[in-house]
Amino acid sequence: MGGVNMKRRRKASGKSHAWIAFLLPSFSGVTVFVLIPFLDVVRRSFLTAVTGEWAGLRNYRNVFDNQAFRLAIHNTVRFTAVCLPLLIGLGLFMAVFLSRLKQIQLMKSLFLFPLAMPAATVVLIWKMVFSRQGFFNGILFMAGILPEGILPDHMGTGASFWVLVFSYVWKNLGYTMVLWLAGIFAVPYSMSEAARVDGAGEWQIFWRVVFPNLKSSLYTITVLSFLNSFKVFREAYLVAGSYPHEDMYLLQHLFNNWFINLELDKMAAAAVCVGGVLFLVILLLQRVWKV
Amino acid sequence: MRKKFSSALIKIILLAAGCLFCAPVLFLLSGSVMSRYELNQSLLPLMADQDELITWAFFPRYPTFQHYLRILFQTPQFFVVFWNSMKIAVLTLAGQFFIAVPAAWAFSVYRFRGRKILFTLYIVLMLMPFQVTMLSSYLVLNHLELLDSHSAIILPAVFSAFPVFLIYRDFCNLPKGLIEAARIDGAGEWKIFFRIGLPLASGGILSAGVLGFLEYWSLIEQPMAFLEDQTLWPLSLYLPEIGPEQAGYSFVAAVITLIPAVFVFLAGREYLEQGITASAVKE
Repeated sequence: MGGVNMKRRRKASGKSHAWIAFLLPSFSGVTVFVLIPFLDVVRRSFLTAVTGEWAGLRNYRNVFDNQAFRLAIHNTVRFTAVCLPLLIGLGLFMAVFLSRLKQIQLMKSLFLFPLAMPAATVVLIWKMVFSRQGFFNGILFMAGILPEGILPDHMGTGASFWVLVFSYVWKNLGYTMVLWLAGIFAVPYSMSEAARVDGAGEWQIFWRVVFPNLKSSLYTITVLSFLNSFKVFREAYLVAGSYPHEDMYLLQHLFNNWFINLELDKMAAAAVCVGGVLFLVILLLQRVWKV
Repeated sequence: MRKKFSSALIKIILLAAGCLFCAPVLFLLSGSVMSRYELNQSLLPLMADQDELITWAFFPRYPTFQHYLRILFQTPQFFVVFWNSMKIAVLTLAGQFFIAVPAAWAFSVYRFRGRKILFTLYIVLMLMPFQVTMLSSYLVLNHLELLDSHSAIILPAVFSAFPVFLIYRDFCNLPKGLIEAARIDGAGEWKIFFRIGLPLASGGILSAGVLGFLEYWSLIEQPMAFLEDQTLWPLSLYLPEIGPEQAGYSFVAAVITLIPAVFVFLAGREYLEQGITASAVKE
């Protein structure tokens, strides 16, 4: 009897500490590769780059006075403000239509496919489509929008911003659609059926019954779309290099250029600022949608 | 009747849009079998910056495999780059498997003090873009003397929080009674993990694998920042370096880059979707 008891007790205590063994490899990696170095970045953001002397808030002031930083913030905010509503709205629109069809597997796969195309393989196509001599101008010309003899460039001008928007929507629409579809299908069928019996139209059912239940989907879709929006840097960089047209000079370009030029003090201050703002945005969104 | 008609119409419109979304692949495929002469003819306005539109034949007049042969038999550096990519993607995923699965298990099965804060920390880390952590990664990689090696790309990615989160969702769906029952039957914690947890969470693990492969196969930012030695570069960095005068070569290189990604996409379509959806259900 005593032996069994002992065994039981050992097992119970083993249970309460087993999580440490499971979590330790991951957490120590995160500590070594992210947490400690990020604290070091916070420390460095208050020091001068070369001598390591105390600089107070000077690095932060330099960052905020920096023209390139302001331009990058402006463009990144503009890009996000255009892209997120566009992608989220378009995704919802398509998902609503798809949710009414049967056998949508193929459809979903077609829209998800761009996710599988590495940025490096797409760049070649974008050049063929959006350069002066590209197919986009060809289509405009055929549609009669473009007068003969004028071939506007969409890559080296302000229009490149919209090419980037297009590229982002192209890549992420399938992802967003699948997320919305999951939200829509999670709404109990009995609810919309009850409304249908009461004589509500399809759109009415959607807005009154289904949509109010999509709040938590909206939260995750917003957060994930925002994150993925940072990855357009791949396309932007591969198409236009480190210094693209000033309308698409994003924060990602700025960080990259500071990194190349070893302006680590500015980078540290900017990383702390951007990281802090993102952290607050995530918490705020979580609060607003109460998920 | 009217309803049937409108649903068919919607279907056709969406299908057409979907095909348009996949059209870039057709460009790559047709370009890869186009003869050098025809390619030059087609792309000349672009390369010489003339005031003319480029033309394109999706069915090349003189299809040829000369570019494929050249890349497969005369360009050894292409293999180096291809295997670099493969090595980075596969080793990262393997590492994630050993690190992230147990961590996800810890978060979903045990209720310990500080769990909530730690998990929030993981979510925040998962959501941070590379640019924010770029400098900190550089500092630690420099300190560990890992810069300019594949470890500089693989090691930080192994400890990524994203797979932890995805697999966590799957573990949470396990019936709690199952684990309790196993414990009462005298199974140890490790045994429960290997015998119950792993098999039942294989869907989540595969999801993380598919999403992860597509991500690590097309990395740009990390190798660009941490790899100077061009012989270590992955495909995603090498591809844009091919000049426009070698258009045929770059079409073939793009097609070959695409093959593993498409293979994983098609084979893991179901898991890909599961993975995407898993990231949406609320905590």
